[in-house]
Amino acid sequence: MSGVVPVREGLFTADPPRLVGSLCDACGGHHFPRHETCPYCAADGARPVELSPTGRLWAFTAVTAPPPGYRGEVPFGFGVVELPEGIRIVTRLTESDPSRLTPGQPMRLTVVPLHADDDGNQVVTYAFAPDRGRNDVADPIDEAAR
Amino acid sequence: MSGVSVCGVGIHPFGRFEGVSITDMGVVAVRAALAEANVGRGGFQAAFCGTAYGGVASGHKVLGALGMTGMPIVDVEAGCASGSAALMLAAGAIAAGQYDTVLVFGIEKMPKGIIRSSFFEPWQEEAGLAATPAYFALRAQRLMAASGVTKEHLASVVVKNRRHGAANPDAMFRSEVDATSVLGSRVICEPLHLWMLCTPNEGAAAVVLQRTNEGEDGRVRLAAAVLRSHVPGSVLSESTPLAGTVDDTIPAASTLAATDAYERAGVGPSDLDVVECQDTDAARELLSYEELGLCPAGGAASFLEGGATTLGGRLPVNPSGGLLSKGEPLGASALGQVVELTRQLRAQATGRQVQGARVALAHTVGRGANAGVVILTR
Repeated sequence: MSGVVPVREGLFTADPPRLVGSLCDACGGHHFPRHETCPYCAADGARPVELSPTGRLWAFTAVTAPPPGYRGEVPFGFGVVELPEGIRIVTRLTESDPSRLTPGQPMRLTVVPLHADDDGNQVVTYAFAPDRGRNDVADPIDEAAR
Repeated sequence: MSGVSVCGVGIHPFGRFEGVSITDMGVVAVRAALAEANVGRGGFQAAFCGTAYGGVASGHKVLGALGMTGMPIVDVEAGCASGSAALMLAAGAIAAGQYDTVLVFGIEKMPKGIIRSSFFEPWQEEAGLAATPAYFALRAQRLMAASGVTKEHLASVVVKNRRHGAANPDAMFRSEVDATSVLGSRVICEPLHLWMLCTPNEGAAAVVLQRTNEGEDGRVRLAAAVLRSHVPGSVLSESTPLAGTVDDTIPAASTLAATDAYERAGVGPSDLDVVECQDTDAARELLSYEELGLCPAGGAASFLEGGATTLGGRLPVNPSGGLLSKGEPLGASALGQVVELTRQLRAQATGRQVQGARVALAHTVGRGANAGVVILTR
């Protein structure tokens, strides 16, 4: 029986869409994907946390030719989104036309299809989409302090 | 006090050579460097070979083909800085008194198209995240926002380097281009167009290092060979992480390597006469100006505009034509820079000579992250 499978277990939840990162209690650093040992301070025992599903667009482009090992469609959007926790995430974007994107615009996490695997399953991954209904959000830093 | 000198260099041109094996190319470069150094079989006590895609014992195959084995032969992989890493190990071993003469070479025969790298996990490839040029594009966009760099500046870098490269017989592309054609080539990842990106290709380069006593004039001296990796946190660093922090003050690996190299060599950016730097893409060259301290932070665009980095300017950058003209055979590219700069310091760079060059810097940076900075003096 075919279904929907994440491109990798443990990266994100689908309903609601949330990235699964980690938080180091020793230095306060957030990580994605989840780490057990903090890459910033080398402390062990970083604990898993769900990251904020909204943020701001920090950098963006589009990929026009299929990169190695990729079986999905092109072009697709590609960029970096800054989350209120103070972490920047490298991510696919649902918008593949860079001229329709603006630095700093609000973005929201979603889950998108990539391709069907050999068993007929729909393989999905995380992506950020322009958050059209949220043009007047607080500054991410303020949000983090809330 | 003793130092390390470059007593021979050799190169197999960078390009595409059907039917020529990676070993064949290595043999050409090594033979030329050893001949120039007047070093024969038994004349060097160790060999370090930079390669990323060569496979098991690539260096042994080259020296085996030359009938010159028996000494330690070590293959070194450090991405785009593999040659810098090999040079650092060789120079360190000589300085420590382990060897008197060491052969350093780099060889590569890259697959065509976007480089497939085992660095990425299979799921990252499936998700489309192994899109190397896209990371370059994001870095270019941030540089443009921070330093007033425009697409026209990016095109100018290509025009400059292709003009320089036209005089380099070892370059892959030896024709000049104009800005209109660069901006007219297809967009790979906005803002980067095809001609703003270097081509992964094939080639080999070799350098013979020797212990030198101070006062032995005339030889090119290896004043520093430094390799550094990244400090974590920068999302667009060559370490290609999936996330980073919002701290924009984290020093780049290239800056760490340059700072260390300047200190070891006892020179600063203002002492440099000629530079070869990593122009994987046109924006990467401009970012390197800032990371190496050639210009102030935010000053790359005006530094380029003023003509400082063009042949005839105050500090020519990439007189060889850079990777944009030569292409990038990963393991060979850093040593190709050392070959070029050695020729510059010996006043042998016909058609692209930087007049009176005495202090030269070579810079490579790539996945890992690995950043290498080499300083040569005469």
